[in-house]
Amino acid sequence: MTTASIHVRNLSKTFVLHNQGGAELSVLGNATVSVMPGECVVLDGASGSGKSTLLKCVYGTYRATAGEIVVATGERNVDMRAAQPQDILRLRRETIAYVSQFLRAIPRVPAIDIVAEPLLTGLQDDDDAVERARAQAQQLLLTLRIPPRLWHVPPATFSGGEQQRVNIARSFIRQQPVMLLDEPTASLDAENRTTVIAMIRKAREQGAAILGIFHDEATRNAVATRVINMAEFQ
Amino acid sequence: MNEDLNVIRPILRVSNITKRYGDRVAVSDASFELYPGEVLAVVGESGSGKSTLLNCISARLRPDEGQVEYRTRHEGMTEVFAMSEAQRRLLARTDWGFVHQNAEEGLRMHVSAGANVGERLMALGERHYGDLRRNAIDWLSRVEVDTTRIDDLPSAFSGGMRQRLQIARNLVTKPRLIFMDEPTSGLDVSVQARLLDLLRTLTRGLSLAAIIVTHDLAVARLLAHRMIVMKGGRIVETGLTDQVLDDPQHPYTQLLVSSVLQP
Repeated sequence: MTTASIHVRNLSKTFVLHNQGGAELSVLGNATVSVMPGECVVLDGASGSGKSTLLKCVYGTYRATAGEIVVATGERNVDMRAAQPQDILRLRRETIAYVSQFLRAIPRVPAIDIVAEPLLTGLQDDDDAVERARAQAQQLLLTLRIPPRLWHVPPATFSGGEQQRVNIARSFIRQQPVMLLDEPTASLDAENRTTVIAMIRKAREQGAAILGIFHDEATRNAVATRVINMAEFQ
Repeated sequence: MNEDLNVIRPILRVSNITKRYGDRVAVSDASFELYPGEVLAVVGESGSGKSTLLNCISARLRPDEGQVEYRTRHEGMTEVFAMSEAQRRLLARTDWGFVHQNAEEGLRMHVSAGANVGERLMALGERHYGDLRRNAIDWLSRVEVDTTRIDDLPSAFSGGMRQRLQIARNLVTKPRLIFMDEPTSGLDVSVQARLLDLLRTLTRGLSLAAIIVTHDLAVARLLAHRMIVMKGGRIVETGLTDQVLDDPQHPYTQLLVSSVLQP
């Protein structure tokens, strides 16, 4: 696997709510953190301390107000604040995965195809590639204890825990060098949590740079190589 | 950033498009680029100028100012309005597609479904009846229209089927760019879901670039890589779909996003 690292310096995010009289909501101030390949850095801090905001700024979903975000791959350093949309899309295809606890179900698409999809960008017409991707998806669904009778059903009707595991399978099917994990194990039962912890550790050992949020202390201790308290940034 | 050897070049470049109807400015100074395989959603309320913009870009309407350049297969970036009428028509029925909100506008209602799908191929010189029919059957099944209905008139089809037929009719020439004007509105929710799934599969599988005008932010979320928000004829915000929907910057986009249920 190619490797990449994350470098965040003095990052702040303030939301300006134009329809609330221009109210300013400062949700993150002066955050600095670097994550190297093979590291799993866990962000710790109270609800509302800006942990998720930080991850979303790194992924490019939120536009940072100030500071620096660089994702360094072997061949280039991408300044996420200045990058063109095409660069960010490419980085998301090839380098950065963002894993939340919520699956965005797509109408009519069965679980197995939702999981296989990241392997198939631009290859949907290649029958062999589709078969291989489905086989890999089945393996992951088995590992995550999604019963085979559900594989060909769209996940919209699945339980919260099942949807979450489909989402994890989808996020891990293509090992990305940078992983942003926003509580991927919340509300999983003990057995499945153990499985996901093993998957995260394996990704890290293979060189992924992981930045994550885990409220559950046991999970945090099981995956983290370093813990950063958000209070340090204020 | 370091130089990148596989720089992707835009397939379409829209520069400073302005369109007036009398004194009223329908579109003002609109500029953007579109890349191969990219799906761009243009959102805004009724009267925001999004359909006029789409009609200008697709050369169905001549703008008062500005340029539309398209990267043709052989000649590179070419100003669309500098082409001859014949060149432009050829482009519109081979390399481009246009899906209308009302399928009746995009279909020939008095000829069969199969003939509707075959028409663009015939315009390109395909005359072999067996090939035309085989192609029509292939495309009808790809858009999930029962192939035994190939000889039926579109007027005997439901709204959702007509819309899928219109899409097949456009895609049969393997265009690289497709324009869609509110393709899912006016359909029942279940029919809409089927159409959205189809559009999603087709745009991804065929690396088809698309510009979709919609007032439905959920449609944009599902299909588009990038979004343009229009208000009063102007582009007020652009960005990746998740940026625009999750961190809207412009007051109007903030209002739009906060006014709908779970975009």
